[in-house]
Amino acid sequence: MAAHLSYGRVNLNILREAARKELREFLDKCAGSKAIVWDEYLTGPFGLIAQYSLLKEHEVEKMFTLKSGRLPSADVKNIIFFVRPRLELMDIIAENVFSEDKHHSSRDFHILFVPRRSMLCEQRLKEQGVLGSFINIDEYILDLIPYDGDLLSMEYESAFRECYLENDQTSLYHTAKGLMTLQALYGTIPQIYGKGDCARHVANMMLRMKREFAGTQNQILPVFDTLLLLDRNVDLLTPLATQLTYEGLIDEIYGINNGYVKLPPEKFAQKKQGEASKDLPTEPKKLQLNSAEELYAEIRDKNFNAVGAALSKKAKIISAAFEERHNAKTVGEIKQFVSQLPHMQAARSSLANHTSIAELIKDITTSEAFFDNLTVEQEFMTGVDTDKVNTYIEDCIAQKDPLIKILRLVCMQSVCNNGLKQKVLDYYKREILQTYGYEHILTLNNLEKGGLLKPQTSSRNNYPTIRKTLKLWMEDANEQNPNDISYVYSGYAPLSIRLTQVLARPGWRSIEEVLKMLPGPHFEERQQLPSGLHKKRQQGENRTTLVFFLGGVTYAEIAALRFLSQMEDSGMEYIIATTKLVNGTTWIKSLMDRPESQTP
Amino acid sequence: MAFITANWNPLGEAFYRKTELYEMCWTLRDGLRDSLVAAAPYGGPIALLREPLRRSPSSRPQLEIYSASGVGIASFPWKSGPVVQLGWTVSDELLCIQEDGSVLIYDLFGSFKRHFSMGQEVVQTQVLEAKVFHSPYGTGVAIVTGSSRFTLATNIDDLKLRRLPEVPGLQGKPSCWVVLTQDRQTKVLLSNGLDLYIVDNTSCTAVVPPGLSPQAGSVVHMSVSFSYKYLALFTDSGHLWTGTSNLQEKLSEVDTKKTTTPRQMVWCRRPKSQQPSVVLMWDRLLLVAGVCNDTIQFPLEDPCVLIGELDGVRIISSTNQELLQEVPLVCQDIFKIASMAPGALLLEAHREYEKLSQKADEYLREIKEQSMLGEAVKQCVEAAGHEYDTNTQKSLMRAASFGKCFLTDFSPDQFVSTCRELRVLNSVRESSVGLPLTHAQFKQMTVQVLIDRLVYRQFYPLAIEICRYLKIPDYQGVSRVLKHWASCKVQQKDLSDEAIARAVCVKVGDSPGVSYSDIAARAYECGRTELAIKLLDFEARSGEQVPLLLKMKRSQLALCKAVESGDTDLVYTVVSYLKNEMNRGDFFMTLRNQPVALSLYRQFCKLQEQETLKDLYNQDDDHQELANYYVTASYKEKRLESRLSLLQSAVDEYNKAKNEFAAKATEDEMRLLRFQRKLDDEKGAGLLGLSLQATMEALLALGLHKQAEQLYRDFRVPDKRYWWLKLKSLAEKEEWEELEKFSKSKKSPIGYLAFVEVCMKCNNKYEAKKYVSKVTPEQKVKAHLAVSDLEGAADAAIERRNEAEMGAVLSRCSASDRLVIDRLNRARAGAAKK
Repeated sequence: MAAHLSYGRVNLNILREAARKELREFLDKCAGSKAIVWDEYLTGPFGLIAQYSLLKEHEVEKMFTLKSGRLPSADVKNIIFFVRPRLELMDIIAENVFSEDKHHSSRDFHILFVPRRSMLCEQRLKEQGVLGSFINIDEYILDLIPYDGDLLSMEYESAFRECYLENDQTSLYHTAKGLMTLQALYGTIPQIYGKGDCARHVANMMLRMKREFAGTQNQILPVFDTLLLLDRNVDLLTPLATQLTYEGLIDEIYGINNGYVKLPPEKFAQKKQGEASKDLPTEPKKLQLNSAEELYAEIRDKNFNAVGAALSKKAKIISAAFEERHNAKTVGEIKQFVSQLPHMQAARSSLANHTSIAELIKDITTSEAFFDNLTVEQEFMTGVDTDKVNTYIEDCIAQKDPLIKILRLVCMQSVCNNGLKQKVLDYYKREILQTYGYEHILTLNNLEKGGLLKPQTSSRNNYPTIRKTLKLWMEDANEQNPNDISYVYSGYAPLSIRLTQVLARPGWRSIEEVLKMLPGPHFEERQQLPSGLHKKRQQGENRTTLVFFLGGVTYAEIAALRFLSQMEDSGMEYIIATTKLVNGTTWIKSLMDRPESQTP
Repeated sequence: MAFITANWNPLGEAFYRKTELYEMCWTLRDGLRDSLVAAAPYGGPIALLREPLRRSPSSRPQLEIYSASGVGIASFPWKSGPVVQLGWTVSDELLCIQEDGSVLIYDLFGSFKRHFSMGQEVVQTQVLEAKVFHSPYGTGVAIVTGSSRFTLATNIDDLKLRRLPEVPGLQGKPSCWVVLTQDRQTKVLLSNGLDLYIVDNTSCTAVVPPGLSPQAGSVVHMSVSFSYKYLALFTDSGHLWTGTSNLQEKLSEVDTKKTTTPRQMVWCRRPKSQQPSVVLMWDRLLLVAGVCNDTIQFPLEDPCVLIGELDGVRIISSTNQELLQEVPLVCQDIFKIASMAPGALLLEAHREYEKLSQKADEYLREIKEQSMLGEAVKQCVEAAGHEYDTNTQKSLMRAASFGKCFLTDFSPDQFVSTCRELRVLNSVRESSVGLPLTHAQFKQMTVQVLIDRLVYRQFYPLAIEICRYLKIPDYQGVSRVLKHWASCKVQQKDLSDEAIARAVCVKVGDSPGVSYSDIAARAYECGRTELAIKLLDFEARSGEQVPLLLKMKRSQLALCKAVESGDTDLVYTVVSYLKNEMNRGDFFMTLRNQPVALSLYRQFCKLQEQETLKDLYNQDDDHQELANYYVTASYKEKRLESRLSLLQSAVDEYNKAKNEFAAKATEDEMRLLRFQRKLDDEKGAGLLGLSLQATMEALLALGLHKQAEQLYRDFRVPDKRYWWLKLKSLAEKEEWEELEKFSKSKKSPIGYLAFVEVCMKCNNKYEAKKYVSKVTPEQKVKAHLAVSDLEGAADAAIERRNEAEMGAVLSRCSASDRLVIDRLNRARAGAAKK
């Protein structure tokens, strides 16, 4: 089920297997039949670690969603709660346990905290008087979840908000712990680079934790050569821009959740011959998207404008392969053909799916609205008229376009202008409050706190300098056969990835000035390796860097890193880790505050 | 060397030897007479209590503790009641069983640890006799009371007293008794007159040893072997019966011709021994009796004490200590006179070699001819392990090493490990250390336990050296020793906190597996809080520091450390602790000094305690957040008045925060709310809570143009937005006349293409066309296209000579529009020429 995790440069299946082993061990601790009560948020990430079959093998017979009231009846010996350590969930659990006791007394209760147990939560259970009801209280350390052969995510939704708005560094602690786990499996990472306050904090905790484990030396040959920690607030611009890769657009338009996307069903109706498509499916079509699917792996990171050509090329290859059957004369040849059939059929249905998705997306990308929006984004990124109120934004507000779209654009303008003139900023804010409602004053306040929206303080706008030095805008981006990462945004090269690229060659020393303009410190740390573990590099062997985005990363950025890995002369392969896979919309959403109104 | 067999005594097939272990270091004024003596096996310590039953309060008996070699460890006057029995636990703790049934436990250094009682009734009936025994469960105590009842505790660390059933006809104490451990059950075997009984938990059964001669008489002494496998019974007629302890099998019966009861009787055997034998001791005689009729007799000059070991018997007198054991077979093979065993020949060969004699070669040839060289080496190595004398060890090992030279592919493992182990054994056997362990005992005990015992006796340097020498991983070796050392060091009363902390830090450093917090906890237990805090400072894992700091009520420091660790859960824990411990003012002040903790607490309050959140913002004069707080709160209010008053508070705070924009926006919102309320009351418009835009939209939909207009002016809505709003609203309501009027009211700030498009959206091409002419030149083509007027679009495009626009028009043309297409193509060609 997870073979695609082991194809990459770093076998991430090791991590998955370690996680599965731990899960099995916990389940076996609770002898007898079991029912799992899920914190709903966890089911997605868990699905990537273990399917239902694994749970079933360990006598899990029922699964419920955690909700208040009484637990559904189930004839099982054990009830196990799989929850995040959150106080509000503890209250629900307490309620469950209370209403349970009267009816069944023979069921055993257990709690598995993901990713870490918390004294605060246990205290809460104690106050509620149910702590004693639990036979096992354990933690399931699931910090970094493998999403693909080169991608790890913590799926910690509120990480950016907590770090930058609320000064709550819980997610960073989990990050550091996750990196320690990773190092336990893949060896100590000798070099650590970072940029940003959170990066500094994570590196400090890692070094500290390493000291705590002093003496238990890690004897694994390091798989990663370098770790690069990047704060999301070093590059606030990139997630705001509309992603233009295939996968990025799927995420922008339909949203990818834990590797799955739900699509409108109409285009996927089975068209069988002779049968009129009388009953169209109404349920959204759910598709899993990862590199296990050969075609998807091939096109996911392409600029959408290059996807059509790739699909038609593929179509030709597949139909040519099917045509082969006419050439198969001997029994041996026919047998050979038949043996390839399943693979070919899978390829054909994969092609059909992606052709449908591409059509869906194309309808949107060719619309005038999409074009206008993109034009404005690109104007901002190239620094055109970023200091005035933008007519397009004004019109969009007047048309009452979705608020998040407006916020994305306004924030983008602010970032590209290193803050907006007070007058311009106030104008936008007033427009937003008057049109979408006063309650959004809290959201605006959050955006200002997070630095996405700000009044211009210094007289100089340093964005053009940054843009020029890092070559963030490439006029002649080649979408079909890219030669630079800027293809992922059809011209804009994501700042975060430029920093990564420059770090590999020629090094950050060449861009000291720009680094100073970006928020937070930049640093370099070395971790001593036990003698004998120093890698002897083969000639031409690539180095491996783990890039950790604190606060989220977009699919387009991932595509850009994959592009760098594949570049022949880069000499560097990248593995990507993040607190959460984001896009502009989900990211802004996580920063919004909406007081619930009592008035009708 | 030649005399190595000088102390060998034959008994049946086997030989017994008595080896001197120590000349005792102690000077006992009255020898061992009239003393209660307890010595632990495995070379354990010796406890001595002189005249234990002397009751005069004026002269208290002295309790003395010595190492096995007689080095004094502790000595103190016995102040408690009369002692019946002394004994050692498996973990080297001293048990003193008093007449009243209480058992006092002391450590090796004579400090009192704890006590327990063998039952309340014993206080009255008194303990007549007591025994300390070892079982797989740990150390146990058995007593017989004045009412002739037995009470057992099989494990003193998990005390469960068991009173055994009554023994028929028993008055006072039995003539003799032992504790047996069989089939995981602990039983007592006792003799009363001519009868033998086995008493277990539930019953008392009379038993008869198989094959005991009828004339033997009654049993007056009995002894069970180290492994509880064998039993020896001595009768008043001098018969010694030996057999298995389950009384199923007899081994032998020997008539010792002694009619007095021996003082002590102990089994003397070794694993794999040829024959089991028993050592009996009278006042002036030591006698070894085996399965044959022979006995070995040693005269005794002094009162002695016998200690049964795994592989022999230690004999302690006031002057020296000896080990009596069966000579191991391999030693017999090598040292027996005229032995031709390969090991013996090898030893001889080496001896000749050292004398530079060619005989060495002859011996070697002889062994090699029989292909026994490997065996010979093995024998020498094994024998060396059994020897106590270092010279003998050396000559055997040298012979082995010599023999090894002539062997290819011979595994050196055993040779190397024996060398190492012998060095360790020799060092712990040193009189100053005093652990006279044999190789077999050492193997049984394991090196881990040996290190524990050394640590317990505070031989830290030796323990560390052994760990390093045997290359024991730090975790189980050196670190463990250092941990013990440090825990002991912190109890040293004569040193300052500073000095101790420094000493600990220097020694322990960063040793893996040593937890400074454990050491600190120990210091805290001893009442040295300051020292504990100093030690905690060295702890690398902040998570470990916190619980202890909280326990010591150093909560501020605990908070610091929790914050340092980065573990937010830990911070929460300390914060919630502080919240309960401190008054509110102090609590807030403490948080104020720890921004990380403060923000976490704020998070907590946001979810759980809104009111506290307000207080926190108030305290920090954080007006901005306070204002936000009021805004949030206002939405929870149902009544408009309360909502407005909260918003007013928000306005005040925004003003204090110098956030003019927000203050103004909030005032606007209040104004809007009042307006909405008024209109709702007057017209039932249902506006309350809508945004300004939505309000205007609703007003227009209701046809309340005047009121909408009023809002537009009052709230200074930009023209553009208002025009859009009105345009859409009118079109939707299909008020086309009104729309046209509106379009002419002044120059449209949003242009006229919008009018065209909106009309088209409402499917009114006729109205749409009205506005096409008003559109700016740049938008002309678009406008014409919007109303599907291709010709008009083409005209406009050609007029503007704009190629892109021409293309756009072309793309909309179908085949039937031949004329237009031709015109456009011509125009394009013309444009291209230029």
